[in-house]
Amino acid sequence: MAAPIIKVDAISKSFGAFKVLDGLSMQVMPGEKLALIGPSGSGKTTILRILMTLERIDGGHIEVEGEQLYHMEREGSLVPASERHLARMRQKIGMVFQLFNLFPHKCVLDNITLAPMLTKGTPRAAAEKRAMELLDMVGLADKAKAMPAQLSGGQKQRVAIARALALSPKIMLFDEVTSALDPELVGEVLNVMRKLAAETDMTMLLVTHEMGFAHDFADRVLFFDRGKIVEEGKPDDIFRHPKQERTQSFLKKIIAAGHRV
Amino acid sequence: MTAWSGYLDLILQGALVTIKLTLMGSVLALIMAFLAGLGRLSRFFAVRALATVYIEFFRGTSIFVQLFWAYFVLPILGFELTPLQAGVLALGLNVGAYAAEVVRGAVQSIGKEQYEACTALNLGRWQGMRHVILPQAFLVMLPTFCNNAIELLKATSVVSLISLADLTFQAQVVRAQTGNTLVPFATILIIYFVLALLISWGTRRLERRLSRGLDGVRV
Repeated sequence: MAAPIIKVDAISKSFGAFKVLDGLSMQVMPGEKLALIGPSGSGKTTILRILMTLERIDGGHIEVEGEQLYHMEREGSLVPASERHLARMRQKIGMVFQLFNLFPHKCVLDNITLAPMLTKGTPRAAAEKRAMELLDMVGLADKAKAMPAQLSGGQKQRVAIARALALSPKIMLFDEVTSALDPELVGEVLNVMRKLAAETDMTMLLVTHEMGFAHDFADRVLFFDRGKIVEEGKPDDIFRHPKQERTQSFLKKIIAAGHRV
Repeated sequence: MTAWSGYLDLILQGALVTIKLTLMGSVLALIMAFLAGLGRLSRFFAVRALATVYIEFFRGTSIFVQLFWAYFVLPILGFELTPLQAGVLALGLNVGAYAAEVVRGAVQSIGKEQYEACTALNLGRWQGMRHVILPQAFLVMLPTFCNNAIELLKATSVVSLISLADLTFQAQVVRAQTGNTLVPFATILIIYFVLALLISWGTRRLERRLSRGLDGVRV
């Protein structure tokens, strides 16, 4: 069996007195598509943010591709990672945000080419060629020169996906990427993600409230509650035959709220 | 009538000095504003402390005293400055201190999500600042920079006290020679006002130019 690409070991994280993650452990295999579901405040978004180094951990260890994320080995012992180490580790990971976080002062093309040119030294011509390929993939080749403010939410999110892909990360994190969209725009973003899942062997972690999509998309579903993984398994098992009482009541509430499973 | 045109010439020469002071002082102020404004946001305590001391000192003491220091005290310490250099130095450092707080406030007004996008795209701190945060923050700074530049323009009149022949100085010369206060001071009143109008017109144009596309209106 191959080695996991992400190994989370007994992570804890608090915001003030609120313990968001409480000794969380999980493993992700290369190429795996993982859906993280659970009530808000359960810690599912926090673990994505921690993997992207947007939040620091209070305790525990994370390994990405066999290397410590927040620690470095020095003379046989683990010390906190330097900014340089973090920057190197971040190359492996990309993230798409709920609110897109596009750069409003740059056109679509520049949004995508900025990071490859700055962080990898990619020449402009090559970066633009790659950006156009990605825009083509997300169906927005005609919007290359548009400003973000001219795009719909769904288009913005597809640009954000292209922007993250431009750095060719091995792991992609999707943090509620359709939650801020009007219902009729959700489909176009999900389609891009489906395509991505089918055409690449990228490892994908997805925090979502779209249970139907999670069911079709994921190889494995993790149900989070109060900073812990309460139940995990194949989508069919989790959605059709949840074993834990908390999973059952969460899914019941979600279905009652009108979400399709 | 010929006498008046001679005096007008004098005043226009003064206007030139005032414009020169304003432009050069603004450039220095801008440089100081970014140095100290970003310095206040530094990770390093020493840099933050230095920036804070500069800002508090130059905001907290009078431009008049600063000018006299630049012109009369620095020579004692071995730095000989021309009146113009002393004027630019005092004006630039003084207004720069105010503008530094504008830079800091504008940078801090940019949303957390922009910084997070920078991290997720693995941009370094300075890369993110230079390409993502500052271009957006600059637009926030502009209206207040306009105020600062107009303040600087008006503060240039203090240089007449170190015998630099600016607008105010020349008006006083005319007043002394003709005994007429109304005409020279009405003239420079109008010139100061027009210069201030030019500044606010210029920054507004710049603002419009830089904000094109940001609101979704196609350029």
